[in-house]
Amino acid sequence: MAEAAAGAPRSVTPRSRLRGVTSLLPTLPFFAYVTVFLLIPTLVVVIGAFAGNDGGVSLDSVKALGNEVILDAFGRSIALSAMSALIGAVLGALLAYALTTAKPGGVLRRTVTAAAGVLAQFGGVTLAFAFLATIGLSGFVTVWLQDTFGFNLYENGVWLFELPGLTLIYTYFQIPLMVIVFLPALDGLRPQWREATENLGGTTWQYWTRVAGPLLAPAFLGSTLLLFANAFSAYATAAALVSQGSPLVPLQIRGALTSEVVLGQQNLGKAMALGMVVVVALVMTLYALLQRRTSKWLG
Amino acid sequence: MAGVIARRARRQRVFRWAVLLALGVFFVLPFVAMIEFSTRDPETWPLLVDWPALRERYPALAEGIVNSLLQAAFTAVLMLLLLVPTAVWVRLRLPRLRRLIEFICLLPLTIPAIVLVVGLAPVYAWVTYFLGGSSLTLVFAYTVLVLPFAYRAVDVGLSAIDVRTLAEAARSLGAGWGTVMWRVVLPNIRSAVLSAAFLTVALVLGEFTIASLLNRTNLQVAINLLGKSSATMSVAVSLIALLLAFVLLLLLSLLGGRLRKAKEPTP
Repeated sequence: MAEAAAGAPRSVTPRSRLRGVTSLLPTLPFFAYVTVFLLIPTLVVVIGAFAGNDGGVSLDSVKALGNEVILDAFGRSIALSAMSALIGAVLGALLAYALTTAKPGGVLRRTVTAAAGVLAQFGGVTLAFAFLATIGLSGFVTVWLQDTFGFNLYENGVWLFELPGLTLIYTYFQIPLMVIVFLPALDGLRPQWREATENLGGTTWQYWTRVAGPLLAPAFLGSTLLLFANAFSAYATAAALVSQGSPLVPLQIRGALTSEVVLGQQNLGKAMALGMVVVVALVMTLYALLQRRTSKWLG
Repeated sequence: MAGVIARRARRQRVFRWAVLLALGVFFVLPFVAMIEFSTRDPETWPLLVDWPALRERYPALAEGIVNSLLQAAFTAVLMLLLLVPTAVWVRLRLPRLRRLIEFICLLPLTIPAIVLVVGLAPVYAWVTYFLGGSSLTLVFAYTVLVLPFAYRAVDVGLSAIDVRTLAEAARSLGAGWGTVMWRVVLPNIRSAVLSAAFLTVALVLGEFTIASLLNRTNLQVAINLLGKSSATMSVAVSLIALLLAFVLLLLLSLLGGRLRKAKEPTP
């Protein structure tokens, strides 16, 4: 075959160099496409964040991130992501562990993992409306609690459209995601390790704190970070629920995009977007590092 | 010892069902609530199956549904055209580029959609200039959005077969590159291509961020708009959209299960 000949050791002739170039040709559409619709947008954000209103280099937009409103939004976004990631991780890990105690190829396990795969993708506007129908002001559960127990869910103010409500809604897709990413680590725990602990006189408590716990810790932490990034990037659910004010960073960016902001701040949206990318990239790097550690014993 | 094991098995069973029951209620409740909520107005469901009437009463919703279906179909086609030939070619001739392609394809995972919109806005100013402001132009952005998921699906499919040997065999029998692609490689990665397409459709049907911020209409944008005027209707449509995505993704996981089973006998 022609490629085999090209791969044989011999000096590089102009002809084979030409062939190297022509063999790149079929990948051209792909690279052209991602350049226009992925790399240029990314560059727009990065360069725009450091561009002044007159086109020159300026740190004004990045400095404007120190603005109290924006710092608050970042704080709230991080708090929301951390809370929902933590709750999702703990409950998801419990559910995943419950699954590992079931029969390995059984119906229960297959059904739940398939459902988790679907629910983890479930976000956006439809999720917001699902919760409005459930615990909205005239939602199913709200009305039921009021009629049966005379209990008013919103006695101390409507918390559905604020951080507690958003956290609750976010856990709806965080728990299934945790099940998916954490289950392989739990499956990697060999029953022999537990038997060995018992043969050496260890208790269940000791097995979990001395053997399984430390082994699972990096995987658990990594999965939690992934959940954090997932919640931090989410936009649609919050956008559909919160129409007044912009408590979160994505909603601040919406504000910057839709209302032609105050003159002199055209690039603020880009600076905030860059801030988001930095946070997500940091978290994902840590995740990748922890993942590498887990894969050592996961085999 | 047998007593200990039996006791532990019993304890685990109790724990398992307690967890499943508690979380099961949490996950099923919104669906029950949506059914209850959307049946409060008896007119809602009959209207949803009556397409002409729906179109008349809620023109924006009808437009959104049509747009989303078209976007999903075109995105799936564009994604396959872009990804499959490139992935196959790189495996055959440019193995050194594989890491780069993988990196690019997974990049959108670390760029939130809301950030992508910020960068896409100026690009779309040009797209609108050349191609007009049709909501179908969103297909370009969506193809980028689904790239990580589609790439993984296609890559898994390609890893399962020996592309190089297959291609060399076909080539030495006189097949051109088109034949290799269309009649040799593609049939072998059929289920991977199918799952990439399913994922794409599910993701595009659920997309809101880019469409809403670039001022285009699709299903999710229409639902969101509807929520402000007719809550029952918006919940009913949400439920349908969800069930549709559910069915699509369940089919996908069944497909994945079958694929794994088919692969198991060979070591």
